[in-house]
Amino acid sequence: MTALLAAAVAALALVPLGYIVTATVDVGWSGVAELVFRPRVADLLWNTTRLVAGTVAVCLVLGVGAAWLVERSAVPGRRVWHVLLVAPLAVPAFVNSYAWISLLPGFDTYAGALLVVSLSYSPFVYLPAVAAFRGLDPALEDTARGLGLSTWAVFRRVQLPQLRVAVLGGGLLVALHVLAEFGALAMLRYPTFTTAVYDQYRATFNGPGATMLAGVLVLLCLVLLLAEIRLRGSRGYARTGAGAARQLRPVRLGALTVPALLALAALVALALAVPLGSLARWMATGTSAGLDVATLAATTGTTLALAAAAAVATTALALPTGWLAVRRRGPLATLIERSTYLGSAVPAIVIALALVTVSIRAVPGLYQTVPVLLAAYAILFLPRAIVTVRAAVEQSPPLHDDVAASLGASAPSRLWRVTLPLLAPGIGAGAALVFLAVVTELTATLLLAPTGTTTLATAFWSASSALEYGAAAPYAVVMVLLSAPATVLLSRDARRGLTT
Amino acid sequence: MTTPARATAAALSALALAGGLTACGDAGAADAETLTVYSAQHESLVRTMVDGFTEETGIELEFRDGNDAELANQIVQEGDASPADVFLTENSPSIDVLDREGLLAPLDAATLEQVGEQFRPSSGTWTGFAARSTVLVYNPAQLPEAELPASITDLADPAWEGRVGIAAGGADFQAIVAAVLALRGEDATRAWLEGLERNANVYQSNTAVMVAADEGEIDAGVMYHYYWYRDQAENGLKGDDAALHLFGNGDPGAFLSVSGAGVLASSDQQEAAQRLVAWLTAPEAQQRLAGSTALEYAVGTGVASAEVLPPLDTIGAPAVDPGSLDQDGVTALMQEVGLL
Repeated sequence: MTALLAAAVAALALVPLGYIVTATVDVGWSGVAELVFRPRVADLLWNTTRLVAGTVAVCLVLGVGAAWLVERSAVPGRRVWHVLLVAPLAVPAFVNSYAWISLLPGFDTYAGALLVVSLSYSPFVYLPAVAAFRGLDPALEDTARGLGLSTWAVFRRVQLPQLRVAVLGGGLLVALHVLAEFGALAMLRYPTFTTAVYDQYRATFNGPGATMLAGVLVLLCLVLLLAEIRLRGSRGYARTGAGAARQLRPVRLGALTVPALLALAALVALALAVPLGSLARWMATGTSAGLDVATLAATTGTTLALAAAAAVATTALALPTGWLAVRRRGPLATLIERSTYLGSAVPAIVIALALVTVSIRAVPGLYQTVPVLLAAYAILFLPRAIVTVRAAVEQSPPLHDDVAASLGASAPSRLWRVTLPLLAPGIGAGAALVFLAVVTELTATLLLAPTGTTTLATAFWSASSALEYGAAAPYAVVMVLLSAPATVLLSRDARRGLTT
Repeated sequence: MTTPARATAAALSALALAGGLTACGDAGAADAETLTVYSAQHESLVRTMVDGFTEETGIELEFRDGNDAELANQIVQEGDASPADVFLTENSPSIDVLDREGLLAPLDAATLEQVGEQFRPSSGTWTGFAARSTVLVYNPAQLPEAELPASITDLADPAWEGRVGIAAGGADFQAIVAAVLALRGEDATRAWLEGLERNANVYQSNTAVMVAADEGEIDAGVMYHYYWYRDQAENGLKGDDAALHLFGNGDPGAFLSVSGAGVLASSDQQEAAQRLVAWLTAPEAQQRLAGSTALEYAVGTGVASAEVLPPLDTIGAPAVDPGSLDQDGVTALMQEVGLL
């Protein structure tokens, strides 16, 4: 029963991929050749590749560098820096690019796009790097130092190899986000596959052109996923014995303290002060231009309702899979679990495009209704819920269930009275993660929202595309306020950053 | 993080909300006196023009607002099952897509007669209800009047590399391409688009093109007249340094793009739908358009447009049958040269 449910969820998650494959077969080889092998696609490939590569490189330097300063050096104010370095996560990338482009209209270059997305996504590397530094036993580093290695050599030869898995994971997250990024890059006028799919969709609704570009985008995602697995390798870095970790002795920076402080301050100023300052400035103008409080309140209400509904639906869908992955370990469970991850590695625009077509052909009654939008959110954000549900199942031993059964409790009663209460914290955390993701989701919402439905993200988007920066600001401010609590939680528990 | 009781309460209230949202989506669909209007025209303009329609006729209107090509292709996909009764476009190529698929019902003769002949196709399956003129917005500090191009096709000249802006992804620009295609043929249009692909900066919207010209990021850009006039009416908030150049002389760059209105053949409320199109083209609604802040051209016979606009007979628009514009051909060409 559970396996059937989980398989159904996995099937839902794979709908977009299935759609792309079917559409490609329909178009046929000559159609694919005509739509894919053309100069525009080559341009997009070049643009997308250099942006992904550049962003990952910048994020790795910024993320690992900042993590080293905070975790291993004696730089003053480490706790404060830690919070400030995670905080940019509360500012969605498309809000960040709005801040920059409304401040510097000439920022629509490769360098501009590279800077804006790198600033938005560097916490994805910083968080796992910090977590990895915390997990390393300083004894190894002290030994290396004792054998005469310099601080730099210790970093390069001892710390960096052990950070590899965490940092690669962070880099993969950054790369996948850049591939899927629509709002920030459309605003910065930097065309990639995702923005081009959207343009094609606007011009032809869901013509083969859009689908084929989406297909190339999916292939790029798969290449990244495979590359990360290969690069990660199979070497283990875990300590074998339990032992007690040595007390950490932070590296004294001496004359480098001031430059280090300046570097951190510059990073925080660019990643946090610019967007927040710009928002505050436009908020002031927007308010003087007449802030429509009723519309803002209604839009916030719609967004919260959609996010809540998506959180409930997605977490419910995650339950069978999370359960199966722990209690019925085996190839089938792994296959089902991984399928849901694959589905969500596909950019939102592809998922939306697939659901538009599938719903219009298969279930026309549901087309442009909330359930289809919720399905898109579920496909996109299932892994966030599954990871947390799974962790909760791992922590609740089957013993309780067995005891309840031996005392004569029925299966539904055991589920309601024993299992669910035990899993509640995990379920709650998963639901919260999905909720926050939906609040700032833009692309799928633009394509799938029912007529007349405006969310904070789409209202912000339409105002800022018409260059009504003042009118856009209040929606962005509410989105940032709603995202802030999750960011605070993330900065407290760095390890959780690995799952978002 | 959450206690079980709280989690359950949150889950239940969210479910209730979801149920409410779903119910909203379905409301009104079955009501016989509600017309579903797919509209790509600016919301505020359409709402101004239909003001009073429901009070006078008792027919409720439900709008699905979207983008020209997106809505047209959506109706094609929906086919006979389309919920749309009336389709309103910003530019006519998209409504031609439906006409070619045979999805439009012929309009009442009385409706057609309310609109100037040049603003509707010879087929009589749809009619214009507003019009906008193509213009070149330019920065006089960087582009002296003497150096202004004589024709929109000149923008493909290598001399314009990096100096011109277009909103290639939008239906507005694509309608202008459709006019060039109708007037100059496929080969000339392809050559023009290839030049633009090399020369032009691509923006998200007409407003962005105007702001870029205003700030000197580009020397000139292609867009429609009313963005500039509206901005002037608001004291040049975004484009006070930019000026307009009208190509005139029947150049494709003086193309007058017509917003179309049509009744879906699949609609089971033909009479009500015909009444709405008749309403939009009647002198009263046309005068409301002329008096509004939209600053688009009125197309009703005998109705004068807003006074700030150059009169229609002075802009030298080329003669194009609005029923001859080929959206699919435009998409294919723009894909071929790499603008899409």
